[in-house]
Amino acid sequence: GPLSERPLMDVRLGELHAWISTCSFSPQGLLGAVQRAWSGYCAKYIHVRRGGPAGISMLLAGSCVLSYGWNYQHLKQHRWRKYH
Amino acid sequence: VLHTTRPLHTTQQSLAPVPPLPEKGGEVRHGLIPEEFFQFLYPKTGVTGPYMLGTGLLLYLLSKEIYVVNHETAAAACILTVIIYAIKKFGPEVAAFADKLNEEKMASALAMKNEAIQILQTAIEEEKKEQWRVEGRSYLFDAKRNNIAMLLETNYRERLLMVYNEVKKRLDYQVAMQNLKRQKEQDHMIQWVEKNVVQSITPQQQKESIAKCILDLKALSKSAHAAV
Repeated sequence: GPLSERPLMDVRLGELHAWISTCSFSPQGLLGAVQRAWSGYCAKYIHVRRGGPAGISMLLAGSCVLSYGWNYQHLKQHRWRKYH
Repeated sequence: VLHTTRPLHTTQQSLAPVPPLPEKGGEVRHGLIPEEFFQFLYPKTGVTGPYMLGTGLLLYLLSKEIYVVNHETAAAACILTVIIYAIKKFGPEVAAFADKLNEEKMASALAMKNEAIQILQTAIEEEKKEQWRVEGRSYLFDAKRNNIAMLLETNYRERLLMVYNEVKKRLDYQVAMQNLKRQKEQDHMIQWVEKNVVQSITPQQQKESIAKCILDLKALSKSAHAAV
């Protein structure tokens, strides 16, 4: 289909720049993008008949990574070596 | 203008029935990384590509101390061990329990739907029966018409009888009146004649008749004596 209506996973690397220029960065656009991403994730991993631990484990891992990133400046002080 | 040749209701409505949930979710390897990532790297690096990538990434993070090893690492390791052990051990039972709950919900919903369908089916049959009954209404009306005709006939005959009785009573009265009148006239006339006759018998005639009777009696007694 046309470039602007394709989801991100179907966009090739060369077309990435063009694709980013077509999406709207207004608050509604961003909110819509976040909502679409979340509902896509839910439909694929959570709202299934026989799901497993994969649905929430990915969310928890993602939250671990995010919180590590938010606390990185504080954790940097507990390094073992000074020079890497 | 409605084009009657155009077919109606050819496509499904968008709202119902809701499409069923998919059986299994997206494939995830080791519980963390979606299968799409492995498929994405497969053409270029084969099967071991993502694992090599993971190992290299891990070593890089550790060696540059972008990931700092501290007390939280030990805690995370213990917690992860316990969680993975629990999932491996109790996973299937929990899954079976959840499936059973789902099955019960589905069964109750299906039962309700089937019951509703059954009720509507019986309603349809009842309606058809009523429609069949309607066809017999001609017989019903014939019977009613007969009833009414009977009633009218009965009423007519009753009134006829009443009329007859009344007329007969009146005529009897007239007849009785006439009879009475004739009777009275007769009685009166007899009385009048008797009175006149009695009046006309003068004492002279009475004596003569008595003497004649005595003579007759004597003659008779003589003839009777003679006979004995």
